[in-house]
Amino acid sequence: MIEIKDLMKTYGSKPALEGIGFHINKGEIVGFLGPNGAGKSTTMNIMTGYLSATSGSAVIGGIDVFEYPDEAKKLIGFLPEQPPLYFDMKVGEYLNFVYELKKCKLPRKPHLEEIMKVTKIIDVKDRLIANLSKGYRQRIGIAQALIGNPPVIILDEPTVGLDPKQIIEIRNLIRNLKREHTVILSSHILSEVQAVCERIIIINEGRIIADELTENIRQATGDGCDYNVKICGPQREVLSALKSVSGVAYAGSVGEREGDVYSYLIKSERGVDIRKPLFYMLAEHQWPLMGLEAAGMELEDVFVKITENDTKKHGRRMA
Amino acid sequence: MLAIYKKELRSYFTTPLGYIFCAVFLAISGFVLAVSTVQSQTTDISGYFGVMIFGYIIALPLLTMKSFSEERRLRTDQILMTSPVSVTSMVMAKFLASYTLFVAVTGISCIYLIPISHYGTLNAARTVGCLVAMLLIGMCFIAIGIFVSSLTESQVTAAIGTMAVLLLLACFSLFNGMIDSYVLRSIFTWLSVYGRYVNFTYGIFDIASTVYYLSLSAVFLFLSVRVHERRRWA
Repeated sequence: MIEIKDLMKTYGSKPALEGIGFHINKGEIVGFLGPNGAGKSTTMNIMTGYLSATSGSAVIGGIDVFEYPDEAKKLIGFLPEQPPLYFDMKVGEYLNFVYELKKCKLPRKPHLEEIMKVTKIIDVKDRLIANLSKGYRQRIGIAQALIGNPPVIILDEPTVGLDPKQIIEIRNLIRNLKREHTVILSSHILSEVQAVCERIIIINEGRIIADELTENIRQATGDGCDYNVKICGPQREVLSALKSVSGVAYAGSVGEREGDVYSYLIKSERGVDIRKPLFYMLAEHQWPLMGLEAAGMELEDVFVKITENDTKKHGRRMA
Repeated sequence: MLAIYKKELRSYFTTPLGYIFCAVFLAISGFVLAVSTVQSQTTDISGYFGVMIFGYIIALPLLTMKSFSEERRLRTDQILMTSPVSVTSMVMAKFLASYTLFVAVTGISCIYLIPISHYGTLNAARTVGCLVAMLLIGMCFIAIGIFVSSLTESQVTAAIGTMAVLLLLACFSLFNGMIDSYVLRSIFTWLSVYGRYVNFTYGIFDIASTVYYLSLSAVFLFLSVRVHERRRWA
């Protein structure tokens, strides 16, 4: 469905993309992950025809974006980083405008109503966009991208600036899109992409440093996992027992306590799941387990890991 | 293209801008007409239109200042540029929307001519000639305004920039008294929007000037298209 090859883009003399290439199949839901300024938005802007690439090619649904922009643009629904809204319009008017702008052929009224229902903006249909909250504006932005049922939907940071409840709603909305559309979304938050996407493309400094299924990334970064554990029992004895559990690489007290419940940090050895042996050990001693939480990998950690691997590979190649 | 045209026209009247433009335009034209005909006790309308060129320099930038600058500031140009509409038709839609409003207000200001023709005699050829010239000059000014507006993100910069360009263009021939060189003088006269207008005031349909006005508009619309194309490559 989407075929990107060797995209290069330089702003003046500053390179923004240094050869981005990937292939996305129909119905996939893919996340672009990377720190701010990595080139996520630039890539998206090139795919949607807003920017041109210095070199490389982008083919969407078999149509070259650079050669036949008008045809290719019909296949794409795009939510830019900042939703492109006209504040002096009412929501309904705005969607009507986009409907006409995109030369949509579907029956107007039922199509727009369905989109407003899906994005839950139908009750603000007659209100001025200027008076709506950020959450609503973001959803109008998504609604706009859905008009005309384009097979490819590109969302640039769709949940930025929303409250937790709205984030969950938008995530569900995006998950439901996957049935009929190919979806690409970008984010600089790992958990965000993990929650929605099946596949993650990590971009850093204009290059793709990883292109993996979400599960694989989780595994690749999940070995040597850290846990925050709360155990009710005498601190010193618990600690020495923890260290004796097979697979535990490190156990230490964090220093937090509530009554006789102490907190510990445990690091497991590479590729070993210590949760079961840990449970049996505690059950044996009759120390109730009050909390077990995997210390989540942050994006920075993932980067460090992946870039480490990257340089190792390169190093080997050079040697 | 039609969608953008309708949206632009609509936005003139959902924001105060369209009303301010109409008010400013009609106020200036009414005042100028009163001074140049009624108070001067003449029915010669060409003086009125001659001064109105300078009225346009104040009023028309109001019409074009937000056309592209506002889109850029609010990042709404992204939806225009990523929809299946060519840059040329986007620029044309914006231009035509502004021009439509200008023609409409010019039409309204023709009411002024009714009392004059009632109490005196208007020279029909001259009046029509001047009106045609005005419509052509307005076209140039709007094309220039659209171009300047596509260069900046700020409406104020766009308005002041447009005024500066228009003033320069209109005043070329007014410098002539100070210039000795014949060559420079003829170049300035040739370039001057105001100088080109003179023949129309005699009721002569000046084809060379018409071509000049049309091509000046075309050049600036073309440049606006290029600005947007270039930005994609920047």
